This record gives sequence, C-alpha cells and structure tokens, in this order.
Amino acid sequence: MAAETHLHSDLHAQSLEHDAHAQHDHHDDHEHQESFISKYVFSMDHKVISRQFLITAVIMACLAMVMSIVFRLQLAWPGEKFAFINWVMGDKWGKDGILDQNAYLALVTIHGTIMVFMVLTGGLSGTFSNLLIPYQIGARDMASGFMNMLSYWFFFLSSLLMTVSLFVESGAASGGWTVYPPLSALEKAMPGSGVGMTLWLVSMSLFIVSSLLGGLNYIITVLNFRAKGLKMTRLPLTIWAFFVTAILGVLSFPVLFSAALLLIFDRSFGTSFYLSDIYIGGEALTQTGGSPVLFEHLFWFLGHPEVYIIILPALGLTSEIISVNARKPIFGYRAMITSILAIGFLSFIVWGHHMYITGMNPFLGSVFVFTTLLIAIPSAVKAFNYITTLWKGNIQFTPAMLFAIGLVSTFITGGVTGIILADSALDINLHDTYFVVAHFHIVMGVSAILGMLAGVYHWFPKLFLRKMNKNLGYLHFWLTFISAYGVFFPMHFLGLAGVPRRYYENSAFPMFDNLQDLNVLITVFAILGALAQVIFLFNFFYSIFRGPKSEQNPWNANTLEWTTPMANIHGNWPGPLPEVHRWPYDYSKPGTEKDFIPQTVPLKEGEVDGGGH
Amino acid sequence: MSLLVYIILILAAAAIWQLVRVVELSGKLKGVDPNRVTESDNRMQGRLMILMYFGLLIFCLWNFFAYKDKLLPVSASEHGVELDWLMEFNMYIIAVVAIVTNFLLFYMAYKYYGRDGGRATFYPHNNKLEMIWTGIPAVVLFIIIFFGITLWNDATSPAAKGTRVVELYSMQFNWKARYGGEDNTLGKSNYLLIDGVNELGVDSTDSKAADDVIVKDTLVLPVGEEVDFRFRSRDVIHSAYFPHFRAQMNCVPGMETYFHFKPTITTAKMREITKNPEFNYVLLCNKICGAAHYNMQMPIRIVEKAEYQKWMEATKASGSNGNPYYAKK
Repeated sequence: MAAETHLHSDLHAQSLEHDAHAQHDHHDDHEHQESFISKYVFSMDHKVISRQFLITAVIMACLAMVMSIVFRLQLAWPGEKFAFINWVMGDKWGKDGILDQNAYLALVTIHGTIMVFMVLTGGLSGTFSNLLIPYQIGARDMASGFMNMLSYWFFFLSSLLMTVSLFVESGAASGGWTVYPPLSALEKAMPGSGVGMTLWLVSMSLFIVSSLLGGLNYIITVLNFRAKGLKMTRLPLTIWAFFVTAILGVLSFPVLFSAALLLIFDRSFGTSFYLSDIYIGGEALTQTGGSPVLFEHLFWFLGHPEVYIIILPALGLTSEIISVNARKPIFGYRAMITSILAIGFLSFIVWGHHMYITGMNPFLGSVFVFTTLLIAIPSAVKAFNYITTLWKGNIQFTPAMLFAIGLVSTFITGGVTGIILADSALDINLHDTYFVVAHFHIVMGVSAILGMLAGVYHWFPKLFLRKMNKNLGYLHFWLTFISAYGVFFPMHFLGLAGVPRRYYENSAFPMFDNLQDLNVLITVFAILGALAQVIFLFNFFYSIFRGPKSEQNPWNANTLEWTTPMANIHGNWPGPLPEVHRWPYDYSKPGTEKDFIPQTVPLKEGEVDGGGH
Repeated sequence: MSLLVYIILILAAAAIWQLVRVVELSGKLKGVDPNRVTESDNRMQGRLMILMYFGLLIFCLWNFFAYKDKLLPVSASEHGVELDWLMEFNMYIIAVVAIVTNFLLFYMAYKYYGRDGGRATFYPHNNKLEMIWTGIPAVVLFIIIFFGITLWNDATSPAAKGTRVVELYSMQFNWKARYGGEDNTLGKSNYLLIDGVNELGVDSTDSKAADDVIVKDTLVLPVGEEVDFRFRSRDVIHSAYFPHFRAQMNCVPGMETYFHFKPTITTAKMREITKNPEFNYVLLCNKICGAAHYNMQMPIRIVEKAEYQKWMEATKASGSNGNPYYAKK
C-alpha cells in the first residue's frame, strides 16, 4: 500500500491495544515486542486465532470421522471381526475386532457432539468469523483481542476434554449427543453416564464459554468497527451471516448451559429437576416432581438455533463464493439479508419440532408445525437466489465454487426432507428413525461441511498466504460429493422402513432383514468418503508449507480482505484503514472494463451504488 | 495382509504427491500457473455438473424403485391410512421441488461455465421474482400444514370414553402390558411399591387394580377396536414405536403419556398381504435407553375378537408366565 498520511479518524474509530502502534503505520509488527508464546500461542490477532480454530476443528473432524467408520462397519457387518475396529478401539472396546455395545453408543454420542459443536460451530464460526469479520469490515482486529484469544483457548480445552473423555475406564458419555436424562443423569442407567458424562458436561460448559466470548466479540466488532462508508447495507453477506449467527449463539447457548447446570445438580447434588419416580438398579430413587421433558425443552431451545448457527455461516460463505466465481452480484442482496434475519428470528420458535412425541401437549405440537414450516420459506428464497446468481454468469469453477454449488444442492435435498419431519403427523412414524439421521446429515454433515470446505479453499490465500492445489481440489470435491449422496440418500429408506436410530445392530428384528444391504451400501460410500478426505488433508497441510504463493487478489474479488498485503500484518493494513464507497457485489457491472470493482473504488460521476434500491 | 494394505496406502499417497509435484513443476517450466482455472477446466467441470445431476437422479430413482416394496406394508391402523396418504402427498411435492430445483442448479452450472473473454450479465435483483418464489412456497406449505395439523389433531386427541385401556410399561430392557380388566380402568401405581413380584408398582389397595391383567410375553389385541394406550417408564425415557400401526410415543419416567389407535389388520391377514408366513407385528423401543436398546421388543398379535377373548380368559386363568395377577375373585 502506498505510504499515506495517517488519518487520525482511524484512531478514534478504533480503540484497541494495538492502536498505539498503528501510529507507526509504515512498519509492521516488529516494533511490537512479542514472544513466541504471545505471537503464536496466546495470540490476540484474529488471523492467528482463526487458523488455530481451523486446525483444531480439522483434527477433531478426523477423530469424529474415524469413529463413524468404526460404527458404520458394525452396522453393515454386525458380528464380523475387523482388525480396524480392534486397532481403533483397543482390546477393551473392540475385543476380537467386534465393537462393544456400550462403546457403540459412546461413539455415536461423541461423534455427534464433536461434529455439531467442535467442527461445525467452532470450525465454521470460529474460523471464518475470526478471519473475515475484521478483514471484511476494514478493522484492525476484533473489539477485544484478549476475549478472542480466550475464546480459542476455551475451545481448545473443551476439545481436549472431550477427547480425553474417550479414554476413561467406564467409557465416554453414551446417551446420544442429546444426552437426555434420566439416562445421562444416572450412572446406573449406563456406564457412560458416570465419569464420561461428567467430562462431557465440563467440556460443553467450556465450549459454551468459548462461543459466548467469540459471539459477543463478533457482534460488537460488526456494529462498532466498520470502516468509513461501510453501512450495514454494504456489508458482504458473509458478515450478515456471522453477525446474526453470533446473536443466535449469545441468546441460545446460555440456555444449554442452564440445562447442563441443572443436569449437573441432578447428577451430583440430589436435586430433581429432571428426575421423578425412578426405580433403577434395585432401588427407588428419592427424587420426585421433576420432568425429563424440561431438559428436552431447554436442550432444544439451544439445539434448534444451533443448527442455524451451523448453516448460516456456511450459507454466508456460499453467497460470497458463488458471487465472486459467477462474476455476478449475488441475486437479491436485500432479500438475502431479510432471509437471514427471518431465519434467525424464526429459529427461536421452532424447537418443539424435535419434541412432537415426547408427551408434550399435542396443541403445542401444532404450533411448532406452523412455525417450522414458516422457516422453510426464507430458506427456499435463499436457494432460488443462489440459482439465479448462476444464471447468465461467467462461472469460474475453482474448487471452492464446486463446493459452494454442492452446498446449494444438498441444502435443497436435505431441506425438503425437513418439510416431511416438520409435519408432526408424519413425524409420528419417522421420529428417531434413520430418516431423521439422513435429513440432518445432509443439511449439516454435508451441506455445512461443503460450505466449510469451500471457505477453506477460497480463503486459503488469506489464511496461509498460499494456494491449495486445484486438481486435488477437484478430485476431493467429486469424490466427497458423490460419497455424501451415496451415504445419505439411501438412508432415508431405512427410516421410512422404520429402522430406529442408535441401534447397535438391526438383526434383532426380522422386519429389517431385507434392508441390510442398504446398510452395506451406506458403509461402502462412507469408507470412500472418508478416504477422499485424505486427499484434502494432504492438499491442506502440504499447501500450508509448500503451496505456491498466492497473489494479493487471486479470485478478483471486491471485498476488503483482498486489499491487504500478502503478509500477516498486525493491524491488517500497513497504512490507514480502507474507505468503502460501494456494496461488495459490483461484478460485471455495465460500463466498466474489468469485471469487478473493489469496494474501495469511489463511485464515478452519476454512478449509482448497486446495493441501493 | 494388513501390512500390505499399509504399504499400498503409503505408496498411493507418495504417488499422488509426486503427481502433484510433476504438474506443479511442468507448469513452472511452461510459465503457466497450474492452479489457474482455465476455460477448459470450466467446460469440464460444467459437464461434470450436469452429468452429476443425471447420475444422482438415476441413483435416487434406482434407490426408490429397489426399496419401495421393502418399506412398511400397508398401514395396519385406521389413522395410519390417512397418514400414509399425507406422506405420499408430501413426498410427491418435495420430490418435484428437489428434482426441478436441483436440475436448475446443475443446468445453470453447466450452461454458464466461464468462457475466456465471456462476461456475466449484471442482474442484481428482481423484487417481483422474489415475491413469486416467496409466495408460491408459502401457499404450498400452508396447504401441507393444513392437512398435517388436521391429521395430527385427529390422531392425538384423547380417546373416546370407554375405549379399551392398555398400559405399556417400559424398563431397561423389556416391555410389559397391563390391561384394564373388566372395569377398563388401570389401578393406580406407585414406583415405591415396585419389587420383585410387583414389577409395575401397582397399588393393590386401589380397588380398580384388582382386575388388571399383566402380560409379559406378547401384546394381544382384537382387530377393529380402538385401544387407548397409556405409557409409563420405570427408569429412563423409552419410546413405544409401533411402525406398522404408524404410532409412537415416548415413555417418560414421572409422567403418563398416551396414544390411541385402532388396529385394522389381523396378524394372519398381514401374513397374507406381505406373503410372509413368519410376519409378526412388533413393538420396538425407539429412544436410546442403554446397552440393549437395540433389542427391547415385544411381539404384538392382532386377532379376531373371539380369539382375543379366549386368550384373555386363558391368561387370567393361568396367570401366564408367572405374572402377578391381581384378580382377587
């Protein structure tokens, strides 16, 4: 960047600890005395923190994926001995290569917990909110670098504890990722509900702290630290998505914390929030008056917004990636913002659709059917807008673009099966069957993951200053996309046939005998999909160290992150902060030679900003 | 054997790595950036997109046709027939939506692949279009909701007075059924009364409990008569899942839940329909409840009224399977 007179307005706009150093705008952070620990370990720089989130999430995802292969082997070939199972699970839980029944339940529980929280929340929000918010709004860093640093380290501790819980003698938490009491409250009900469940609760409490620290930071930064000229209606959709996601998190994670806290009390201090009239292990427990349904309400009050906390960032990333690579504005920018807001709001009033057959009042069920089907509308609008963005585009098929298109496809396919489940009458026969598992995997385990991967490929140059290999990216995409549909589409039929979730095997019921080859088909695709990720891991780690150095704006994009130099500078811009003059989506605007106009380019005489209506 | 597998994997990884290096280096030699997306890349990926769509469509259709007859047989309950209709109605709608929108997505990706020197059309918004594709889904969804809520209401409203009451008592890891007996009323229960003999904690001081019949091995019901099921649980949340009858309800410790339905097809008839002489209805547990969750079941037999009465008399007389039978008479 050209050396410019440092504008004092920058100093007033931002009040960060780094700012004293921003005065010396021609230099980078060499003047800032940092040790290895403060620079790379307990860094307060959003860019370092985003990399920390990403790497931790990738490692946790690998762990959870290996777990899924173990239990998929058991499901496809129950009773068969697998050296792989013995290798992963050891002689205690995988004796003779056969998975132990309790360990099966522990695996599905921890797989779900890790994927939903550590990977799809920490890895998506944590990585990309941290990377992109300061960059795209033209800020030096987050509002509080210290809280941000803590947010990562709580996340790290949470992940560590969750992993450690796999190694306790009585087994990890095994009541499903939803950990309903009394099963999760009583050690006598299952061994995993002993120490394993305690560790789960501690780990999740730390995770919630991490999320809250992060979320508060994101909200404050977006509201207060936008560059000059960057009004809310000139924000990239990524920022809108992260912003609303952070609000959802801040409002709903505390409720999960309260659910967990009450559970801790019931487990350890003899209270009866969730427990009543229980006879177990030969004795009648003293607790009366409580209800497990209370836990379900508290859990799902977070649980539902949680899935939107997962998908909104993925959709935000997709909006950006599709627009940049189609060389067209995202279609319906205002409608997209409205959809994000509508989805955010509605996500708080649909949680009961996870509880239709819990025994709660059926009228309440009807209310939730209504609100849930409402939320399908803004989701549909987004899908149509993505498709229209492609129409008459000049599509550049980077690997990121492939993943973004894949996200839209699986969002549609997974979303429509949600309509079936939203209908309480139909949920009667589908609740807790593989139909549900298929639905949520397609929208979260495929769609949101594709979004995360799209983000990694697209922003790799900002994360690591290099580019990932394109051809390996293509290969990774196609193998993943094909395997993903191969695993989860057939799964719907298992559900329609009545096959329940969380069953160690299906052979106890002759009615499922003729479906066993579906299980085999699913597992085969799952193994293929898992192997395909090895290509990604290789590409990812290799490119971090030996990838070709990237140009400053490799995708010819408009947003502010591409105006920073290709070096990790404390404070992001060596000179003054950028000024924004237009919305982010001036791609292929008529009357311009290049097919993109960065946000920092002032409007010409008589030019109307495309974001206005 | 596994050593061989590891060696193969390592060699495969090394091969991929070398291929990557070759492409990189040859790119450097030619002065071309091997990671730049070219028109030929775009054309190829565009084609793969549309190919993927048709491949996916074929795969999904194959799945559907291969498995549609391996799903559940015709509904064996009265309300289930309507639910099945609702399911089919919804499935047609979502299938059309998914097939058409996915087609548009993949087709656009194929048709508008990036050409060198090409330029996209700047088309940032169209509010009319937004109204259309907000309005149409809204209308379709409202229709779906209307039918759904109507059927849900019917299925979940309390059973008519006088409906045969049967309690299903769930525990780790089995089911027991308690029939209301002649007075068609279940005696009160209290978990503090549970012991080795009184497994359901029935309060024998309650006169209504005197004629309750407890059965452990099979749930037998007469065809064509509504049953008002009440569910209890001894220990953790279980779920009474009757897939053939399109019925499910959680069994929650500390509360009594309910669901009612009318079985309409006898076991014998269903054996004919499914052409499976070994067919049996079954009650499954459908809420994770511990190690043997996958095998917590109770067979169900739907029989003609006369046979049911004979079975009930025999059960009362024998106190079959050593069940406590509180008939004081």
